[in-house]
Amino acid sequence: MTASRPVPPALRLRSVNKSYGPTRALSSVDLDVHAGEIVALMGANGAGKSTLIKILCGIQRADSGAIEIEGRSVDIASPAQAQERGIVAVHQSIADVGVPTLSVAENLLLDLFCTGAGPLVATPANVRRRAQERAERIGLDIDLDAQLADVSLADQQLIAIARAVSHRPTVMLFDEPTASLSAGETEKLFRVIEGLRASGVAIIYVSHKIADIRRLADRVVVLRDGRISASFERPVEINAAIRAMIGHDLPAARPRATSDGPPIFRIRNARLRKREASFDLDVGAGEIIAVTGPLGSGKSALAGAIFGLWPLAEGQMWLEDQPWRPSGPAQSIASGVFYAGEDRWRTSFFPSTVPFASVAGTISFPFLRRWRAFGLLPIRQEGRVADDAIATFGIKARSRDVPLTALSGGNQQKVVLARWQAEPARLLLLDEPFQGVDVGARDDIIRAIRTSSAGRATIVFVSDYEEALEVGDRILTIENGVIQADTAAETAIRASSPAAEPQLETV
Amino acid sequence: MSITASSSPDHTGAAPGWPWQTIVIKSGIFVLLAAMMIIFQLNEPAFLRVANIFSILQAVAIVALLGIGVTVSCAIGGFDLSVGALAALSQMAAAYILIVLNGSAFEAIAGTLLIGVLVGLFNGLLIVILRVPDLLATLGTLFLLAGAQLIPTGGRSVAPGMALLDGSAATGSFTEFFLALGRYRVGGVVPVPVIVLGVVALVFWFIMERTRWGRVFYAVGGSPTAAHLAGAPTKTYRFTAYIVSSVLAALGGILLAARLGRGDVSAGNSLMLDAVAACLIGYAVLGANRPNVFGTVVGAVFVGVLLNGLTMLNAPYYIQDFVKGLVLIGALALTFSLSHRRN
Repeated sequence: MTASRPVPPALRLRSVNKSYGPTRALSSVDLDVHAGEIVALMGANGAGKSTLIKILCGIQRADSGAIEIEGRSVDIASPAQAQERGIVAVHQSIADVGVPTLSVAENLLLDLFCTGAGPLVATPANVRRRAQERAERIGLDIDLDAQLADVSLADQQLIAIARAVSHRPTVMLFDEPTASLSAGETEKLFRVIEGLRASGVAIIYVSHKIADIRRLADRVVVLRDGRISASFERPVEINAAIRAMIGHDLPAARPRATSDGPPIFRIRNARLRKREASFDLDVGAGEIIAVTGPLGSGKSALAGAIFGLWPLAEGQMWLEDQPWRPSGPAQSIASGVFYAGEDRWRTSFFPSTVPFASVAGTISFPFLRRWRAFGLLPIRQEGRVADDAIATFGIKARSRDVPLTALSGGNQQKVVLARWQAEPARLLLLDEPFQGVDVGARDDIIRAIRTSSAGRATIVFVSDYEEALEVGDRILTIENGVIQADTAAETAIRASSPAAEPQLETV
Repeated sequence: MSITASSSPDHTGAAPGWPWQTIVIKSGIFVLLAAMMIIFQLNEPAFLRVANIFSILQAVAIVALLGIGVTVSCAIGGFDLSVGALAALSQMAAAYILIVLNGSAFEAIAGTLLIGVLVGLFNGLLIVILRVPDLLATLGTLFLLAGAQLIPTGGRSVAPGMALLDGSAATGSFTEFFLALGRYRVGGVVPVPVIVLGVVALVFWFIMERTRWGRVFYAVGGSPTAAHLAGAPTKTYRFTAYIVSSVLAALGGILLAARLGRGDVSAGNSLMLDAVAACLIGYAVLGANRPNVFGTVVGAVFVGVLLNGLTMLNAPYYIQDFVKGLVLIGALALTFSLSHRRN
């Protein structure tokens, strides 16, 4: 942030271009990242973030343009070369960062074993000592003898980072690293990233999460349609950055609904786990409740209990005036209780080997029997509903028959939402509906949830408190399986400092 | 904003530039089949005679029936290795009911199909309730059935007038009606097993491709969690799939017994592998890249044509399995390499 820099930037891109056929993914991208600086890269899905990351990692090559590292022009033709040049990436998906059946210590040294750089005979003491060194370098405190499969996802990610850092990288790329972390784990990761910054690593940080960016970024660079559309120095104006990213302001939300009349759904004296305190919950018609809490706090456990995946440990539920004791998903769906689970590829979508893994087939699947008797396919209604959904939700798909893999994350999530609005719901449960969704699409989804909410009760489960504030009429926090506080969203916003939450002033 | 276009270059980039890939993926098997038939026809003019075509289809019918069963079990994400052994056992059971127990054709058919249902329930119990992995469970069943078919007759084949374990001679016989199931040709041309296959294939093609039930079968195989959360009774469907594959195998066994006119302990040795091969070759048909009924029938016919042609050209019998292996590997390499590159 000083005006003059005697040293060349750690990473410099000059007029980098990349096209896929007729589509320009990147056009004349210039970017400098200095040692000891965190540059947050923002952009809607398809803006070119992932292309840029892939080029830097050597997964794809730029069509033209220059890449310099510490002033020297370099060519990055493969991931191995990227690593040699000092560029290391930490990806969002954790699946491929280690060998689950090996110990933490062995995973910390995995590269040595794999490349043959390590000693041929590795004594346990030797392995432990060297692994310890690597762990300490990023301040990672962990049981070295545990199996990788037994440690948390966050620690697995930190292990991968520790391994990467041992190569003393010049540039580190973080691609949505907090996507599957809890608040505490995120904090741990942030401290590691800040430590890396202090030790002079140049860092590019890609994230959809405003809180991450506000916390870490020295500079925000916004990509839009393959170009750098804006750059913001600290203190970063998040509103302006979002505007630069999606091309318009986030529109103001509707006035908060206040529900009168009897609640549609009630829970009394409920316990998710034995020996925890009990809680009650009322959701009125037209009301949107946001239940928020860190990973493992009981959000999904509560959602599953309401949907009939498992029973409450204790307590009663009522849907309108009837006691609600669902036997399973089939009965819940038949009764108008719909549930969109977290992680859409696991809970809602079918892989492309399934013949109907398209927009239309995904939306219609739970309602086939409702729409046509005797096992025949309701082709006409399926097509009509899908076309309606594409129009109503602004799903960017060439047709209703395109496979879901061809859609961006935001559009995929809109398909999930469209499915559960294809029939009227009495109670709609949405578990992490903003996972892997950019800010623009998130806004569309929030609007879709809000505009359709009349007449039904809606419960949204999110771990991000800001998302809870944006979507909910009332915010409930859940901790250790117990619903703690009941705050109307207005109060919650007033309580939080307006300076710290600028984008919520519009609410 | 061109969000969709720029975010999915990988999905749109390959197809227009490489039309031959799509063509090979979609119709590779048919091109090969046609090429093979032309070569056989040029070398042996009798090859394309109607009688020969139907004798190929007759030879293929039982394998294809079993293959359809394997296809349904694959669709739900499982695998049924026991179909071959079950067909062999059913063949013995039908003969045993007719000859040793003096049963009628109806009793033989009903009894054998009942065995099929029971074996399907047994496989379902192991896999769905006791959660034994499908390959291991059906491998166990395979051994169980292969052994069980030998026990009632002390390891001997069942033929009219055979000596029983107590020394007396069997009094039952294969009825005309039962034998017709394997041997009669409708209009003097179309063998009954081919008609049975045609009906079964059509019914199951319709169920799997054109009904809600088919969608649920594939959904359960594609993602059991997503299917369950969308309200599908996943256990029922998995049970049903194993019952379907077992009943079709039993049906195949009945047709086999009718064709042989006896219960042969060594019949059906290669049925399981042939049925699995037909199902897997079916993945390559029309670029489906998934188990599908039409593909399985085509796969079975493909292998049948190949073997028939080789026999007519006097190729030695002992290269048959080798050629089958080549075909299977070729089809699989085609499916997986091309469809992977396409994505």
